[in-house]
Amino acid sequence: METIVFSLLNGTIYGLLLFMLSSGLTLIFSMMGVLNFAHASFYMLGAYCAYTIMGVTNFWLALLLAPILVGAVGMGVERWGLRKVHANGHVAELLFTFGLAYLIDEVVKIIWGRTSVNYKVPESLDFTLFTLYGSNYPAYRIFILFVSIFMLVSLWYLLKKTRVGLIIQAALTHPHMVGHLGHNVPLVFMGVFGAGCALAGLAGVIGGNYFITDPAMAVQMGPIVFVVVVVGGLGSLEGAFVAAMLIGILQTSAVSINASFADIFGFLGMTATSEVGGITIASLAPMLPFLMLVLILIVKPTGLMGDREV
Amino acid sequence: MTEVSINPAALGPTASAKFRERVLPFILFGMVLVAIPFFGPSRTTMTLLNHIGINIVFALSYNMLLGRAGLLSFGHAVYLGLGGYFCVHILNWIDAADGGFWGNLPVFSMPIFGFAMGAAAGAVIGWPSCKRAGTAFAMISLGVAELMSAGAFMFDSLFGGEMGISGDRMAGPDFLGLSLGPLADVYWFIAFWTFFGVVAMFAFTRTPLGKLSEATRDNPERVQFIGYNPTRVRYLVFIFAGAFAGMAGGMSSVQDEIFTPENLSLIPSGAILIAAYVGGIRYFSGPIMGAIVMTYMGSNLSDYTAGWLLYLGLMFICVVMFVPDGIAGLVFGFWRGVRSPNRSEVFGKWAWQVSGVVLMIVSIIIIVEVAFRWSDGYGEVFEPFGLALSHTSILTWILAFVPLAAGVVLMRHAAAKYEEA
Amino acid sequence: MTQSALKLINVHKSFGPAKIIQGVDLDIAKGEKHAIIGPNGAGKSTLFNLVSGLYSLSDGEVQLNGKTISGKRPFEINRMGLSRSFQVSNIFSNMSVRENVRCGVLWSLGYGYSFWRNVGNLKEVQEKTGHILNEVGLLEKANLPAALLPYADQRTLEIAITIAGGAEVIMLDEPTAGMSHSETDRAVALIEKASKGKTLLIVEHDMGVVFGLADRISVLVYGEIIATGKPEEIRGDPKVREAYLGEEADEIEGASA
Repeated sequence: METIVFSLLNGTIYGLLLFMLSSGLTLIFSMMGVLNFAHASFYMLGAYCAYTIMGVTNFWLALLLAPILVGAVGMGVERWGLRKVHANGHVAELLFTFGLAYLIDEVVKIIWGRTSVNYKVPESLDFTLFTLYGSNYPAYRIFILFVSIFMLVSLWYLLKKTRVGLIIQAALTHPHMVGHLGHNVPLVFMGVFGAGCALAGLAGVIGGNYFITDPAMAVQMGPIVFVVVVVGGLGSLEGAFVAAMLIGILQTSAVSINASFADIFGFLGMTATSEVGGITIASLAPMLPFLMLVLILIVKPTGLMGDREV
Repeated sequence: MTEVSINPAALGPTASAKFRERVLPFILFGMVLVAIPFFGPSRTTMTLLNHIGINIVFALSYNMLLGRAGLLSFGHAVYLGLGGYFCVHILNWIDAADGGFWGNLPVFSMPIFGFAMGAAAGAVIGWPSCKRAGTAFAMISLGVAELMSAGAFMFDSLFGGEMGISGDRMAGPDFLGLSLGPLADVYWFIAFWTFFGVVAMFAFTRTPLGKLSEATRDNPERVQFIGYNPTRVRYLVFIFAGAFAGMAGGMSSVQDEIFTPENLSLIPSGAILIAAYVGGIRYFSGPIMGAIVMTYMGSNLSDYTAGWLLYLGLMFICVVMFVPDGIAGLVFGFWRGVRSPNRSEVFGKWAWQVSGVVLMIVSIIIIVEVAFRWSDGYGEVFEPFGLALSHTSILTWILAFVPLAAGVVLMRHAAAKYEEA
Repeated sequence: MTQSALKLINVHKSFGPAKIIQGVDLDIAKGEKHAIIGPNGAGKSTLFNLVSGLYSLSDGEVQLNGKTISGKRPFEINRMGLSRSFQVSNIFSNMSVRENVRCGVLWSLGYGYSFWRNVGNLKEVQEKTGHILNEVGLLEKANLPAALLPYADQRTLEIAITIAGGAEVIMLDEPTAGMSHSETDRAVALIEKASKGKTLLIVEHDMGVVFGLADRISVLVYGEIIATGKPEEIRGDPKVREAYLGEEADEIEGASA
């Protein structure tokens, strides 16, 4: 019972973080048709910026400034990079962001070094919030939960209740029509790209000290985020949300299951000493998102909630 | 109406044009391959050449997807890796065999087995992957690559864990008098299969399936209305691309005699994507040029600078932004320029552009090198041509940004001056 | 009674709540030249997409030579002998004109997905490609990249790809849209030549073209066919006049064979 509760709680937090990343990615993709390969790199930038800002001032300022900073970098990238490549088609755009991911990785290594930095949970949040089944539950996790939910609600409000949201929604369903709405398309693109990157940066600020802040964090997170958006159905925010929660909870739960294939398929005569029998569910956890990707594609090639053929 | 009588059956290029464009380059390529050993290359050069050969086949197989079929894959190394692993296992079977099929099998034939394994892997993995094209296909290839390289660590008997699996290329009978022990023997092995692979992949572009793959890239919707199933076209091309990648894996198993799960990962997949793209995906010869340049840079640049990955990333981004046709585009563009009637004007434009690019490169090198030394924190100073450029000296900052600015000005000037009407 | 080449039975199509095609019945005889006219947004292109398999039907059935084709995929329908063109030029833009037509020829000559043959050495393919290029008058431009063709030539190439497979039933979606008068005349001559002995279904806005070309005309309004008949019947039909108020009605009136 306690494993289930903890897995659900931690899984939800992880899932919300994944959604924070994938919502930015989905917004950018839906509006611009570009899958930002460097999205996880902006997540990494968010964590590192927060680390530096926190070193000079405090965590709360970092929480505010780092996403803005990352968003600004994103806007710059769109303005002076992506926009030039746009004419050469989506593959060129995807490749541009692919190269950008390389570049950001290297620049981060130059500025902050090749090893992890000591980006810690702020002291004001570093305490045990409650004790559950005899285990201490850190307050910071609940903080992540609140920030994520706050972001979720703000995003929902922005999309459903504001003018900007109307334009974005129109773009989500009719990507080719944005230009006809009489809006300054390049400006909208730049704004959306910046906002998407800022969301990734925010995820970095609160995720960087929850996990670990090192130059490999983008490479680790990136593929999972792409799996989330494809499993959810490219371009669908709802799908991304469902997929993010699903993968978050599945992966977190799997880590806590120590059973091996031999335990499960023992009745078939599989032994724990055999190669397949010795594999534990926990060790499968990192592969789960990718397994899910393949399975979903076999059953429903357009993803959970996607109806757009891209 | 002007009456031009053309014999409809003779619409294609003339026999001499065919020879010039489709036969001569391969004869020259073969001659270069044969001539190289007579220059007595060193062991290092020989190893480099062998890797170049492998990467030429790999990059061309990659371009069957990206350039010819419009499928962007982030996981092509999976097929090279699986083909290579299969061949390393066969090397061990040959070694352990006492007569029989394996005992009599020459190691020279490894690429055939790699080809078969790559095709099989392509057929299995391609089936779910090729249901989608475009961005979704790219993401799926990424997911499959992650899955494979993570999964490889679970089955030690097949993939050998972190240490990988190694074999012995000297096992089994000699073939054509090649024991494949000395590097020179391996060179002939690689040269043979590189030549075979290049010719075979070129021939593929001339087949109905090859043409349909281009048609599907250009317009998948229309392909359906000329009787073809675009999904089927993509799937078949995918199998072939996997097969030729597997062949490169077979070549690599003999050259390097070891495969590790790392060989399946995103890193070699990304590297071959960069090589093919930088070479120029719109030309058949592009990936060949890309493989040569990138393999050379990969093995040499890292000796000179810690920032070579950064240079690589910068170069790739610049190619995507400014030279989408890659090195091949530049080469053929140069050739067209040399032969164009207003040669002087073209040369003038190039002179401006080249000087601009050179100036910018100078700046970028200084910025990157100084930054890396500052970041390392060993207090080392970048000293090109006897200049001590520390990050505190004003000279460094001048040299870092003045040429950059001057380069930008030159490029703008060239663009404005030679603006096409 | 002649056998019908293409038969639509109670065809329906809706996108969500929007009913675009509401019960279309159509019977086109072998060798007939049939035109569909109707105001913008009547669902003409949707009907084309339904018949050619690009969209799936919400209800009803489509038959080609007596065999059901609704529910089949576009390439299967194409292989059964139905070929269509597009309103917007839908060609293989990075290939040469000759290669475009050659791709259209391959399946019908049985070369399928083969990867063991050199296209350049397939004699019948080259001959048929040349023949079609000659017929549509693109022989001189055969080796140009398709993307560099002038607009009217791209439209011609569109038709060339459509007829390349030798389909018995040909569907042309506004083949003369955007063409000048002389270009239109040439296109009409080409369509007449290319569709000789074949069944033709054409959507067209230019009433001159329609009344000159068609044996029979159907008028599609709001997803329903309000009239089908010989050109002179359609011209006098009060329902059609009602649907085409104003200028276009005069155009129908004035159009002569």
